[in-house]
Amino acid sequence: MVRIQVDGQSHEVEAGGNVLEACLELGYDLPYFCWHPALGSVGACRQCAVIQLPDQSEQPGRIVMGCMTPVQDGMRLSLQAEPAVAFREQVVELLMTNHPHDCPVCEEGGECHLQDMTLMTGHHTRRYRGRKRTHRNQDLGPFINHEMNRCIACYRCTRFYRDYAGGTDLQVQASANRVYFGRAEEGALENHFSGNLVEVCPTGVFTDRVFSAHYARKWDLQTSPSICMHCSLGCNVTPGERAGSLRRVQNRYHAAINGYFLCDRGRYGWQHVQTGARLRNVRKKQDGVWQDVPAETAFAGLPGPRKLLGIGSPRASVEANFALRELVGAESFSMGVSRRERAVLRVCWEILRNTAARVVSLREIEQADAVLVLGEDLAHSAPRMALSVRQATRNAGFARADAAGIPRWQDQSVRTHAQNERSPLLVAHTYETELDSIATASLQADPGQIENIARAIAHKLDRRARKGPRLDGAAGAFVQAAVQAFSGARSPVVICGTSLRSENLLEACANIAHGLQARGTQVGLAMVMQECNSLAAAMLGGTSLEAIAEQAADATLLVLENDLYRRMPPERVQDLLHNADEVIVFDHLQTATVQAADRAVPVAAFGEGDGSYVNQEGRAQRAFQVFLPAAPIRESWRWLADLARALNLRDRVPWTRQDQVVEACAERLPAFSRLPEAAPDATFRMHGQRIPRQPHRYSGRTALHAGRSVHEPQPPLDPDTPLSWSMEGWAGQRPPALIASTWSPGWNSVQSWNKFQDEIGGSLRGGDSGVRLLSGGESDAAWYAYGDAPDQPAAGLWIVARPDLFSAEELSAQGDAIRQRQIPPHCALHPEDAGALGLQDTDLVNVTLADGSVCQLPLRLTGRVAPGVACVPLDAERAHWDLPARGQVRALGAQR
Amino acid sequence: MLSESERAEIDAERAHYPDAQAVSIEALRIVQAHRGWVSDEALTAVADYLVVPVADLEGVATFYNMIFRQPVGRNVVLYCDSVSCYVMGCERVRDGLCSSLGLQPGETTADQRYTLLPVVCLGACDHAPVVMINQDLHHDVDAERLAELLESYP
Amino acid sequence: MNAEMQPLTARIRPGQVIDLRAYENAGGYQALRAVLGKREPASVRETVQAAKLSGRGGAGFNTGLKWSFVPVDEKDGPHYLVCNCDEMEPGTFKDRLLVEHDPHQLIEGMVLSAYAICAEVAYIFIRGEYHAGIQALRQALAEATASGLLGANILNSGFSLQIHLHPSAGRYICGEETALISALEGRRAVPRAKPPFPQRSGLWGRPTVVNNVETLCNVPHILRNGVDWYLSLSRSDAHGGTKIYGVSGRVCTPGAWEMPLGVSAREVIEGRAGGMRAGVQLRGFLPGGASTDFLTTEHLDVPLTYEAVSKAGSRLGTGTMILLDDQTSVVGMLRNLEHFFAQESCGWCTPCRDGLPWIESMLGDLLAGRGQHGDLQVLEEYCVTLGPGKTFCAHAPGAVEPLQSALRYFRADFEALIPQADLIGSGA
Repeated sequence: MVRIQVDGQSHEVEAGGNVLEACLELGYDLPYFCWHPALGSVGACRQCAVIQLPDQSEQPGRIVMGCMTPVQDGMRLSLQAEPAVAFREQVVELLMTNHPHDCPVCEEGGECHLQDMTLMTGHHTRRYRGRKRTHRNQDLGPFINHEMNRCIACYRCTRFYRDYAGGTDLQVQASANRVYFGRAEEGALENHFSGNLVEVCPTGVFTDRVFSAHYARKWDLQTSPSICMHCSLGCNVTPGERAGSLRRVQNRYHAAINGYFLCDRGRYGWQHVQTGARLRNVRKKQDGVWQDVPAETAFAGLPGPRKLLGIGSPRASVEANFALRELVGAESFSMGVSRRERAVLRVCWEILRNTAARVVSLREIEQADAVLVLGEDLAHSAPRMALSVRQATRNAGFARADAAGIPRWQDQSVRTHAQNERSPLLVAHTYETELDSIATASLQADPGQIENIARAIAHKLDRRARKGPRLDGAAGAFVQAAVQAFSGARSPVVICGTSLRSENLLEACANIAHGLQARGTQVGLAMVMQECNSLAAAMLGGTSLEAIAEQAADATLLVLENDLYRRMPPERVQDLLHNADEVIVFDHLQTATVQAADRAVPVAAFGEGDGSYVNQEGRAQRAFQVFLPAAPIRESWRWLADLARALNLRDRVPWTRQDQVVEACAERLPAFSRLPEAAPDATFRMHGQRIPRQPHRYSGRTALHAGRSVHEPQPPLDPDTPLSWSMEGWAGQRPPALIASTWSPGWNSVQSWNKFQDEIGGSLRGGDSGVRLLSGGESDAAWYAYGDAPDQPAAGLWIVARPDLFSAEELSAQGDAIRQRQIPPHCALHPEDAGALGLQDTDLVNVTLADGSVCQLPLRLTGRVAPGVACVPLDAERAHWDLPARGQVRALGAQR
Repeated sequence: MLSESERAEIDAERAHYPDAQAVSIEALRIVQAHRGWVSDEALTAVADYLVVPVADLEGVATFYNMIFRQPVGRNVVLYCDSVSCYVMGCERVRDGLCSSLGLQPGETTADQRYTLLPVVCLGACDHAPVVMINQDLHHDVDAERLAELLESYP
Repeated sequence: MNAEMQPLTARIRPGQVIDLRAYENAGGYQALRAVLGKREPASVRETVQAAKLSGRGGAGFNTGLKWSFVPVDEKDGPHYLVCNCDEMEPGTFKDRLLVEHDPHQLIEGMVLSAYAICAEVAYIFIRGEYHAGIQALRQALAEATASGLLGANILNSGFSLQIHLHPSAGRYICGEETALISALEGRRAVPRAKPPFPQRSGLWGRPTVVNNVETLCNVPHILRNGVDWYLSLSRSDAHGGTKIYGVSGRVCTPGAWEMPLGVSAREVIEGRAGGMRAGVQLRGFLPGGASTDFLTTEHLDVPLTYEAVSKAGSRLGTGTMILLDDQTSVVGMLRNLEHFFAQESCGWCTPCRDGLPWIESMLGDLLAGRGQHGDLQVLEEYCVTLGPGKTFCAHAPGAVEPLQSALRYFRADFEALIPQADLIGSGA
């Protein structure tokens, strides 16, 4: 710690930081534009000027840029000295010479950092009389609007997009006051983190195009803290609602997970809630015809509690799954996944629970000095993690900068000095992934070989790990590179996941981590799963779908938020549904499973209900209801309580409040014993008050409903959470799990997160939200003695699934904007294999699996796929394919 | 597509630098020397050849004054408009060129014979005002005799 | 011409390029033969530092001292030497003289300087418009390489140096050493933050020294003739050697001349340039290029040293003077200058990017009779706001130097352009 003086006040601050960060941490309002907590300092905007006073003399001192000036012990600073105040005002005056002053029609209005900073500097009168320079805008695709006239040239967009996220198609062009931030030509921004430009841009150059089409001011949006539902990482998000419809999703800062950034699937994946094929009423099939029926009769006429079977879901909340499990009994409960997926999920759970390694958060991955990724295409299966891995590769460069005395926050100097120096990143997968371009070693191999690579690495690190077959050539070199990378690493991370459906791979990776731990290395382990509650499903337990199918005869089958047609081949689903006596499906979309049911019950979609989710690192988090959906839509567990009552099984699901479900779950299942800590319960109050979902300025409370009644309705009570359905309540500092949207006097934009942190870029005050249900570091971890790797198929190919960001996940793939970014499905094949099979690029081919699954796809030849592997998209059409599997690729029309 | 000689010249420069990005400016200059200007197609071809993002190359191409991203005439007439030439009457030279050619600065004659552009100080201030046509530097330019000068560039 | 007194330019004849033979006949490459492999790089650095050779690009920093910041002992990768021949400062035409006529002098200077900082690769960053200079350098580099004076294992000394020529695509900011480095890397020529200084983290993150042409051309002479000789050339105690001074504007014989460092402006303007043309009165001058403060006729006897010119309120800069005479509009000249600086801003930092165009437009308003009361005050404010230490690099501070001094010395010229009605209307 060092001591500094700011306008006569003495403070202790962390050594090694810069003046701007120190001032913000101390609570001073020092304006800035180009600096960003995650992007560091570059000194471009000159807005954060302060006076640095000479040591003890009464000299006036000189202007320095806060962001570029390291704090030093005994430093004397002034924010209030007249020259600094005048300079900061002039910088805004200059920025405003070309700004269009179109705030009334700008989507950023009311949450604009430029507005805030303009006010903060006191600039109010325009003296510039000249013409404003104007630009042509570009169509940047379905996610982002472009309005370059508003640009103040802070360079944050390109710094985020290129330097931080690795994008290549956005760059600054031209020069002087004509600098232009755009693409070489019009077209959708290619990078999968493009949506963050909306929040990174301090004004309205890049705005949310989906939001803009159905726009409301920030102060008119009702928000709640929520969790992203579109992969297993559990990024924190803030959905915003107005007048009964969801309008947008914004990043919600979480230091250990998403930090300041979301992937585009996470930001734009919510549209199914508004425009998807929603199930909005209770429906019954009578004589083969669907009819809407009153909610009270949802469960009328059921045969009674004869034989109940329940199919849970990795995309439903813990509460919903738990309620179903309680209702039907553990033996009659299925996790809702195929046998093969169940097996790998159970192995994940078993490893994560027992591993000697740390189960790492994304933040910890960013700090790794070597990363090994085996069998995952992170950019698509866990996109935000890929962004963290990208940051981890910078650590060697940081070390180089440290040696040259360059502070880590001096972003451009660090990047220049580091050049292409990267920390070891090793990626082996069945095809070349996006991370391979920054990897120090990358390999494309078939699934069996990837297992063998994992075994070989584990064995080389520690002889106690079971040996695999001898590897040479490229695979051997990769193993060698991994062992070498780990030998110099102090905080390596091993990343694997369920994509290849390989228990052997997971166990071998656990052995790698175990071996590294045994060497005294602080190793981290991360296992990527497919859905937002995959790990919770594994923790809850239950049988596979195949197993439940065997019991289906004469049962009343309850299907919870699960489209079984994405899990098993259609014939098997039909058998299952047909064998059951009565099928009741609880879902929010009219899935194929809903269509095949006898009854359908409309449940809360994203934002419409409360629920808990456990991400891949075992962190349980609460997603809060953002708005009250139109009746009869309710959370699944409430319907299940009704059903229990109708079946005279009320004691099995006796709850009426969310907290009761959470507490019961914690009591019944030891793995979930800490679940109640995920967020404050419904009785929690700040200074006796609830936390409002609406901002202070929320407008039209009366007028919104005046069409129905001119009387202002009383806001509904929320029995489930400490949040209120109004603007009244405590909007100040509060536990992070309850912060949806930040505001602080003078700070209306997303930049206001700094007012809720003690340390810039650190945890929110009150600590990282959520509760870790597992943490790794178990001392009695054992070596896994995995089975043999599958042999190279004598004939045929490995068919593997590619989980494209915009196609693979069930819910997000139904959104309009996301759909526009989906790439046409194709089968990718190595040219050597194509040659052997007599196939040409763009041929239409039949892809066939041994189990009879078949599809037609255009062929694309690429050296990026491992020889012997054919890669097909994991999308709605192929979600049920049991991949990887052996199969054939044949020219269309060829005979078997 | 780049021509063989363009590629050869780029390769020769490529050898002087540790990475392909560094040769961006040279490559643009080479292509411009061959084609007179850098079209969108040429820009993409250079980006592909160097394996640098086309957006990066565009950022570079549009930064430098002497990379032409629009077609120019056979003869590029650069008149210096910096301070020494200003003192010595470059505005008369500019006006003279504009009226001789019937152009405003930045324009090209309909017959593609001339493009008129301002240029910053050419480092011949002891002979101001100066004009550079293609690679020829003309000293102590007489605003009254510009037509003659221009005529010598077919 | 006296080779002793004018070591840099004595050999130069109009219209001629001094080839390798002529250069060697005049004593060229003797310093190189005497130094490479025979003296330690450290001793070369010390000699140049003791000779008080200061950077001739404008900053005037001791060259040997600048070299001494290179971590020569940390050889975990290449070091680079870069010759800054991006002569683009309006009114400056000295480097062109040196490269067009005597390219071997520069090459010898570069080999010696590279030797001093243990660099094995060097670049000459030259204006693309300097066609004759590029031609002369290409020829000379080929000659030197063919004669073993350049390339691998020079004269069996064990020292190797490759020199590559990089013609610029044109941008004033490339003259700033860190922007030049960005340009050499094939990027937009945006300056970089200092620290880290290029000697520590320059081209591709490696230790790099950027020196001006004239600076490098001095090096062989220092090493050949010694420190005492070099110091004796100068009239300044703080700096050694000669300086190429130049004059442009309405003088009888504009030009550039190598003279003892520290001659007075009067000696250059009246002595060498022949004084003002008939009927023209001198009002002031920019002593060292467009980005220096005006001095007036009162300052004609100020010695042209870095210190004395600075004390007089300006900078020696490049030492090439631009004269303001009574036939030239002060505000017009300023508008011309600010147009240049606004156009050549790289666009990185706010005061420069958005401040200079505003200044230009205010000056344009004044010239068009649209000036308003208060405009001069705004101009003065922004001369401070765009001043040293407030912007990312020295571009904007340089840009406001002529303006701030013109507002001081020639204020009446500005005021005369503001319509009286406006002055009355606003109560002035």
